Amino acid sequence: MRRRFSGPIDATRLIVGAIGVLVVALVVVRIAINLTAGEYRASTYISQAIFGLAQGGIYALIALGYTLVYGILFMINFAHSEIFMGGTYVAYFVINAFAQSGFLERSPLLALLITAFVAMGTSIVMAVGLERIAYRPLRRAPRLVPLITAIGASLFLQYAFRGLFGTGVKVYPDTHLNVAGIDLMGGRYDVGGLVIRPIYFVVFFLAAFLMAALYLFIRKTKTGKAMRAVAEDKDTAALMGINVDRVIVITFALGAALAGAAGVMFALYNKQVTHTMGFIPGIKAFTAAVLGGIGNVPGAMLGGLFLGLVESTFPTLLGIDSQLKDVIAFGLLVLVLIFRPTGIMGEVLTRKKA
Amino acid sequence: MQHGYAYQSLRQGLIVGVVLAFVGLIGALTAFAAQPVVAGTLSLTQIILLAGGLAAGHLAQGKLPMARRSPRALSAYGVLAGALGMLLPALMAFLIQAVDMRRVLVNAVPELVAALSLGLGLPLGAVVLVAAGAVLGAAGALLSVVPSPWRRVVITSVATVLALGIVRDKGMPSVLALALLLVVGALAWGYVTYGPRLRGEYRRARAERSELTSGVTIGTGLAVLIVLPHILGIYGTSVLDLVGLYAMMGLGLNIVVGYAGLLDLGYVAFFLIGAYVTGILTSPAAAAKIGMSFWMAWPLALLAAAFAGTLLGVPVLRMRGDYLAIVTLGFGEITRILILSDALKGVSGGAQGVIEIPSPNILGFEFIKPQHFYYLFLLGCVAAVIVSLRLADSRIGRAWMAMREDEDVAEATGINLARHKLLAFGLGASFAGIGGAVFASWLHAAFPNSFTLLVSINILSLIIVGGMGSVPGVILGALVLVGLPEVLREFADFRMISFGALLVIMMLARPEGLWPAQRRRRELEVREA
Repeated sequence: MRRRFSGPIDATRLIVGAIGVLVVALVVVRIAINLTAGEYRASTYISQAIFGLAQGGIYALIALGYTLVYGILFMINFAHSEIFMGGTYVAYFVINAFAQSGFLERSPLLALLITAFVAMGTSIVMAVGLERIAYRPLRRAPRLVPLITAIGASLFLQYAFRGLFGTGVKVYPDTHLNVAGIDLMGGRYDVGGLVIRPIYFVVFFLAAFLMAALYLFIRKTKTGKAMRAVAEDKDTAALMGINVDRVIVITFALGAALAGAAGVMFALYNKQVTHTMGFIPGIKAFTAAVLGGIGNVPGAMLGGLFLGLVESTFPTLLGIDSQLKDVIAFGLLVLVLIFRPTGIMGEVLTRKKA
Repeated sequence: MQHGYAYQSLRQGLIVGVVLAFVGLIGALTAFAAQPVVAGTLSLTQIILLAGGLAAGHLAQGKLPMARRSPRALSAYGVLAGALGMLLPALMAFLIQAVDMRRVLVNAVPELVAALSLGLGLPLGAVVLVAAGAVLGAAGALLSVVPSPWRRVVITSVATVLALGIVRDKGMPSVLALALLLVVGALAWGYVTYGPRLRGEYRRARAERSELTSGVTIGTGLAVLIVLPHILGIYGTSVLDLVGLYAMMGLGLNIVVGYAGLLDLGYVAFFLIGAYVTGILTSPAAAAKIGMSFWMAWPLALLAAAFAGTLLGVPVLRMRGDYLAIVTLGFGEITRILILSDALKGVSGGAQGVIEIPSPNILGFEFIKPQHFYYLFLLGCVAAVIVSLRLADSRIGRAWMAMREDEDVAEATGINLARHKLLAFGLGASFAGIGGAVFASWLHAAFPNSFTLLVSINILSLIIVGGMGSVPGVILGALVLVGLPEVLREFADFRMISFGALLVIMMLARPEGLWPAQRRRRELEVREA
């Protein structure tokens, strides 16, 4: 919804618009220069893109958690990044035990499945508990209050995990899953000068599968319909006989399940698990959700993939330090919110003034 | 859901039990066992366990309707809650002793078992614990029927003694504790009995307050503040320095968040700008080698921060609530990452930051000791307070509050939203700019990692906890959220987790803050109705 400002602001909007165009122009020019200079072979970009798609899948899964909750409660669940972390963390103990007992070697698929379920289960428990204790009493409170609560919950959860499980970095074990001669999890293969790790493909397709499953669930099932109804108008949905509380719990649970699964996948290639691992992916996932249009499920998916790709390929394309990778993500967030706050796919829900 | 009262009591007990178990597993109970509160008699861990039992009883009685509140019923339900509340930790102690879970739960150690069994070892300790829980539960439940004046007396005196015991390093000697208990108890009784009358008189006196009495009060207050460093010594003063810094920045953010209602999570960026500008301008080791004096540099730092604030305001003019929060968070992080990166290394020193920033210098007198900086911070705070109070009552302040309530209506009444928003951002940022300038001179260095998101959250929290939009609230918030952790240094390990829990609890219990602005309290009360 665009608001009109009178007086000097037309000038500032002009300036802001001009700056935006300038930024885009600079980026395009820079990329063109770098590409024609040919400093990097195509294979670099391709391998980066593959990695980016995998990362993007992870971001998309987490983003769905943010977008689903925002769609229903109009609040940003800051603690969602800790839900992502929590499932992964607890699942570490499971997969570590499997690795040590050799179970991971013998039946990797089963071990991984169990690990994933543990992660998803933990995340679900955390999310449902969070909703019950911290968010439900504040449903009708002014905007700022649930936000602060979420921030507090996020901090609390981070340090609770640190307190309970210690400060040591937990490392996911190397896993090998041999299918048709290819090691899906652990392998690195050289294909015509390109180093490929199949795990990135696995992650991407799994993420896509989960996203498709969620999409079908929301579109085709009765509960999904209830979720959409509550997202559109909570009170009317209640009048139609929908148990709003239950739908909200289910929403949180779904988002959490996806986050937990994403966490395990992330840890399988990123290896390291700490109590702060959720922060940066969380912010980036939120960026992705906003990119796609907050409240919009397909938007979050696309936003996540887009962000992952951009994040991996742009540092090289722009010729800047990969230290500044995070700046790209934040910068994208800022740019999107300034120039197109409704996101790529537009806000699906009608804006209600809080 | 209507369940039997026994079930309700057990549930409350379960909650307490889980909380106690959790507190044990994060290592708090083990660490606190060495913390004497009443020297030689009670450790902090024991206090926590005692409190748990009482709390269980108190929670249980809260679920009983008026009709059921006979002393017998109360004690019965209290016993249930308290016993279960202690049973859980006791069972956990058995479990820890039987199974070595230390690879997973790092604090499941024998010391925890010792703490939980009250030093008596299992199974005796467990039995005693549960029995104590039962008794305390009954006591907690019965406390609710004790007539109000006495109850407040008891709670006040016990709380005071405990608080003092916690703050003192070696706890309090038991004799002193007892004496204090009686003295504070007597005082509390006096207050409760004669209080209402005195309060009425006080209120009348306040209404008739003349310029003279206001002046005298302020004058005395200032005099106390000026003399304070000499009473408190070096450590106390340096704590107050930090409190002063955060109070100043809190007042700045208060303008943005509390008055204008613009949620800014990237406030630390302005703090950073103030510090770095000062550092770059004054430090002989910085790349530009300008070597300005602090007194010339700080206005420039202020202007730089204010400019940045206004700049930040321009793109976000159209955003509301949560989006604004995220964008400002993004800006804050971008600023930090850029300063940290090698890209700007020439100017900002990258990860090494800017060092050798000189202390402020007046005619040869160099500000070195905490006491010297204290006066600088005090000056800054006083200025901030004056500006905030004047703004609150001005046309601009009222425009901000209108904007905060409902932007559309405010615009309809002719308020230029853009100008006021930019003003809020810029003005608020300038406070942080000054803060940064003094901070850099105080630490003699500016490192990128001092300016994380956590600082923004800290400043925001002290506004929220103290009371949004309320000047005394912000200062109180700074004292509680910045001063208290410094004083309670021994508990540093549990600072963050308590902080998070505190935020959640405050939002659930008292969202208007500890010392809310009068208007705000009415707003939040109405909404909850």
